[in-house]
Amino acid sequence: MVTASSLVYLIGLPLFGAAFLLLIGRKADKWGHIFATAMSAGSFILGLLHFFEMSSRATEDRAITQTLFTWIEVGSFKVDAALLLDQLSICFVLLISGVGTLIHIYSISYMAHDENRRRFFAYLNLFIAAMLLLVLGNSYLNLYVGWEGVGLASYLLIGFWNKKPAYATASKKAFVMNRIGDMGLSFAIMIAFATMGTVSFEGVKESVDRVGTPTLTAIGIMLLIAATGKSAQFPLQAWLGDAMAGPTPVSALIHAATMVTAGVYLIVRSNFIFDAAPTAQLLVVIVGAITLIFGAIIGMAKDDIKKALAASTMSQIGYMIVGAGLGPAGYAFAIMHLLTHGFFKAGMFLGAGSVMHGMNDEVNMRKYGGLRKVMPITFVTFGLGYLAIIGVPPFAGFYSKDEIIATAFNSGGAQGIILGSVTLLGAVITAFYMTRVMVLTFTSKARWDEGVHPHESPVLMWLPMAILAIGSVTAGYLFTQGDALVSWLAPLFAKKEEYDELMPHSVVTVLAITAVIIGVTAALMKYQFKSVDAIAPSDVSLATRLARNDLGQDLFNEAIFMRPGQALTQGLVIVDEKVIDGAVHGIGSMAVGSGATLRRTQSGYVRSYAALILVGALVLLAAIWVVTQ
Amino acid sequence: MDPYNYLYLAALLFTIGAVGVVVRRNAIVVFMCIELMLNAGNLTLVTFSRINGDLNGQVVAFFTMVVAACEVVVGLAIIVAIYRSRRSASIDDASLLKR
Amino acid sequence: MLEIATPETVMFWALAPLSVLAALGMLVVKKAVHSAILLAFVMVTLAIFYIAQGAIFLGVVQIVVYTGAVMMLFLFILMLVGVDASDSLIETIKGLRWIAITAALGFGGLIITLIARATLGRTPVGLEFANSGGNVEGIAMLLFSDYVLPFEVISALLITAALGAMVLAHHQRTNRRPSQREQAIARFRTGSLSDAAGLPGPGVYALHNAVDVPALLPDGTPAPTSISATLKARGDVIESAQFQLDVVDPTVKEEK
Repeated sequence: MVTASSLVYLIGLPLFGAAFLLLIGRKADKWGHIFATAMSAGSFILGLLHFFEMSSRATEDRAITQTLFTWIEVGSFKVDAALLLDQLSICFVLLISGVGTLIHIYSISYMAHDENRRRFFAYLNLFIAAMLLLVLGNSYLNLYVGWEGVGLASYLLIGFWNKKPAYATASKKAFVMNRIGDMGLSFAIMIAFATMGTVSFEGVKESVDRVGTPTLTAIGIMLLIAATGKSAQFPLQAWLGDAMAGPTPVSALIHAATMVTAGVYLIVRSNFIFDAAPTAQLLVVIVGAITLIFGAIIGMAKDDIKKALAASTMSQIGYMIVGAGLGPAGYAFAIMHLLTHGFFKAGMFLGAGSVMHGMNDEVNMRKYGGLRKVMPITFVTFGLGYLAIIGVPPFAGFYSKDEIIATAFNSGGAQGIILGSVTLLGAVITAFYMTRVMVLTFTSKARWDEGVHPHESPVLMWLPMAILAIGSVTAGYLFTQGDALVSWLAPLFAKKEEYDELMPHSVVTVLAITAVIIGVTAALMKYQFKSVDAIAPSDVSLATRLARNDLGQDLFNEAIFMRPGQALTQGLVIVDEKVIDGAVHGIGSMAVGSGATLRRTQSGYVRSYAALILVGALVLLAAIWVVTQ
Repeated sequence: MDPYNYLYLAALLFTIGAVGVVVRRNAIVVFMCIELMLNAGNLTLVTFSRINGDLNGQVVAFFTMVVAACEVVVGLAIIVAIYRSRRSASIDDASLLKR
Repeated sequence: MLEIATPETVMFWALAPLSVLAALGMLVVKKAVHSAILLAFVMVTLAIFYIAQGAIFLGVVQIVVYTGAVMMLFLFILMLVGVDASDSLIETIKGLRWIAITAALGFGGLIITLIARATLGRTPVGLEFANSGGNVEGIAMLLFSDYVLPFEVISALLITAALGAMVLAHHQRTNRRPSQREQAIARFRTGSLSDAAGLPGPGVYALHNAVDVPALLPDGTPAPTSISATLKARGDVIESAQFQLDVVDPTVKEEK
C-alpha cells in the first residue's frame, strides 16, 4: 500500500504548500487557503495510510526509515537526512496533520476577512511541515531542524498581526525565550557528538552503556532545558501567555495541541537517556510538578479567556512532563495525555475563537456570560472539552490524567506521595479554573458591552470544533481499551519495573473524582451563584494579584536576567569606550603627540638638518672611539 | 717632517668646514665650506699616499677633484635657479620642507 | 736631542696655521666675496702641501682647476646673484650655533685622538720609489690601466654635470615675448603718462652721471626708478643730493 519511500511526502506536501503560496504571491489570494488545507489534508491521509500499514505489520517490523541523502560526512561522523516512522512518531503525525487539517478548515472562515489570509495559510503549512520533520527525524540533528522550523513558524504566526507593537514584541519574546531552550538542545547534540560520536536516536541508544552517567545526566539536563523552552515549562514558561497575541487558530494548533508538546516528545523520545540518568529524570519531574501548579494558579486569576487557556495548557503540559519523568511507567501515559489534551485543548481554543468571533474579538471573560443560549454549538463543544480536561469520567482527560496521578503515587516512597499530592492538587485547581471559565463565559448572567450581538459561528468553524469534541469524548476510552496505546508504544521503552502499588488504581480514581468535585463546587459557589462584576475587582488578595501578574514571572525574568543583562551590556559598552577605544585612541594620540614632538626637529631649515648630520657623525665617531679603545 | 701633521691639519679644516655649513646662511658660502671639507679630504688622501708609498691615493684625490668640480657646477646652477625664483641666496628662505 | 727642522717642516708650520686662520675667517667674515678669497688662499696652501708631499700633478691641478676654475665660478655666481648686504652673522635658528660649535669641538677632538691612536708607531714609507718614474707618469700609468673605467665614467659625469647646469640655468619662457608695439601700447595704457617716455637714466639733472647716482626729478628729489635694483639691494647707491645743482638757499650765505 504505502512504503517507506513515501515518508518524505508527509513533510513535502505542506512544505511545498508553504513555499508555493509564499512564492506565488497575491495571485493565490483567492484559492491559497484551500490549497494549503488540501496539502495538510493530503499529509493527514498519507499518515492514516501509514498508520494502517504499520498496524498490519508485526510489532518488531513497525518502525520504518527513509534515507533521503547523506547530509554531513566528516571522517567517521556521518549524518543522514533520514526519516523514521515508528509507533511514537505515527501518533504525532496523526495528531499534527489531523488537528492541523481541522484548524486549517476552521481558519478558512475565521481568517476570511484578513487580507493576508494566504500568508497565514502558508505559515500554517510551514508549521505543519516543520513539526512533522521534528517528529519524523531519525536523529537529534534532523529533529533540531524541525525544532527550529516550528520556532520560526511560531514566531511568524504569533506576530502575524505585527502591526500592533505589543504583538510583535510578544512574538519576539517567544522567539528569544525559545532560543534559550534551543541552546540547550544544541548543547545536548554537541555533547552527544563529542562523547558518542553519533547523533542518531539509534546510535545514541546503543551508546548509552558506553558513556558514564555524568555525561548522560548532562545530556538529559540539556534536553530538559530544550523541553522547558519549547513546552513553556518552568523556568522558561513566560512566553506562552504573550503568545496568545497570535490568531486563535494558531493558539489552538501551535500553543495548545502540537508545538508546545514537542518538549514532551523530546523527553519521551530520549527515554533511553533519562532512564540511565536518574538525576536528570528527577529534575524532569520537579520541573513538571512546579509548572503544573504554577500554570494552574495563573489560570485561576486570568480574565482573558485565551490567557486562562494558555495557563491551563502550561499546567497540562506539566502533567505530561511529570508523566515523562516517571520513567517507563509514565512515558505512555504522558503521550496519552498529550494526545487527549491535543483534542480537548484545541477544541476549547477553537471554542474560545468562536466566542471571540461572536463578541467582536472581546477576550475579557468578565464581559461574556450567558452565551449558552446564543451560541449553543460552541457551548456544547466547549463543554465537552471542559468535561474532558477536568477529568470527568468517561471523557478523555479522565483516563489520561487518572493514569498519571496513579503512576505518580506509585513511583515510590516520599517522592510518590509528594508527586501524587501535587498532581491531585493540580486536578482540584484545574477543575476550579476551568469551571470558572465555563461559568463566566456561558452560564452566568450576560455582561456584554453595548452594541455586541453575539451569534453562532459558521459551519466551517463549528465543524472542526465538533470533530475535536468527539475526540475529547472518545479518545481516552479508545486509548485505554485493552491498554491499546500502552501496548502500542511498549516496544519503544524499557520494560516497566514491577512495583508495589502504594495505592490501588480504584482509590486513585475515587480521589481524582473527589478532587474534581471539590474544584467544580468551589468555582460554582464563587461564580455561578454570585453575581460577577464586568470589571475585575481591584481590592483583591495579594495572592490573586500575584496570580494575575503571572506570579511575577516577567518581573522575575526582568530582575534576574534582563536588568543584569542590560547592566552587563552597558558595562561592556563602557569597557568598549574606555578601554578598547581608549587603547585605540591612545595609540592614535600617542602617535600624534610623538609626531608633534618630533615635528619640532623638522624645522624645514637645511642648516638644522646639517647640524643633525654633524651630531650624527659625532655619535658615530664616538662609537668608533669607544670600540677602538 | 712627520706627515701625520697633515692629517691633523686636514681634520681641523674639515671640522671648520662642517661648522661653516651649519652656521652660515648664504648658500654660496655654505657651498664654499663644503669645498673646504672636500679639500681637507683630499689632503688626507695625498698624505696617506705618501705614508703608504702608493700613488693610488693621489688618483682617488684626482677623482674627488673632478667630482667636486661637477658638483660645484650643478650646485651653483641650482643656487642661481633658486635665486631667480626667490630673489634670495639665503638657504633659510628655502624652507618649504616644513610646510 | 735637537731635531733639525727640514724645509718642509718650516713650510708646514708657517702655512698650516695660516690656512687654519683663513678657514676660520671664512666663517666670520660678512661678505661672501671675502669668504671666497679666503677659501682661495686655503686652496693655494693646500696645493703647496700637495707639492711638498710629492704630489706634483695634484698640486698643479689644485691650483689650475680649483683655485683657478672653480673659484672663478664661485665669483661669477656671486656677481650674478648679487652680494647680499644683509648677510648678517646673527643666528636666526635658536641654539643652532651652540649645537654646531659643541658638536664640532667634540668631532674635532675625537677625530684628532683617533688619528693619533691610529698612526702612532707607524713609519711613513714616502713616495720616493713610487715617484721614481715621475709623478705625472706614475699617476698616468694608474689612471689609464687600473682606473680606466672610473676615468671614463667620471668624464661622462662631467659632461652630464655640464648639461645639467645648462638645463637648470636655462630659462624657459612661459609666455610669448611682447612685441615692441605691444609694449608701447601697454606703456600708454597702464601707469602714468610720465612713464610713457621711458625710465630716466641715472644721473640726469644731477651733477654726476655714474650708474649709482639716481637721477633727479624736476622738483629736486631723487628718482628711484633711475638706478638698477641690484645696486639698490646692495646698498651701493650714492645719495644724489650731494651732486645736486646749486640750490639757492636764502638762509645760507654763498661761499666761493
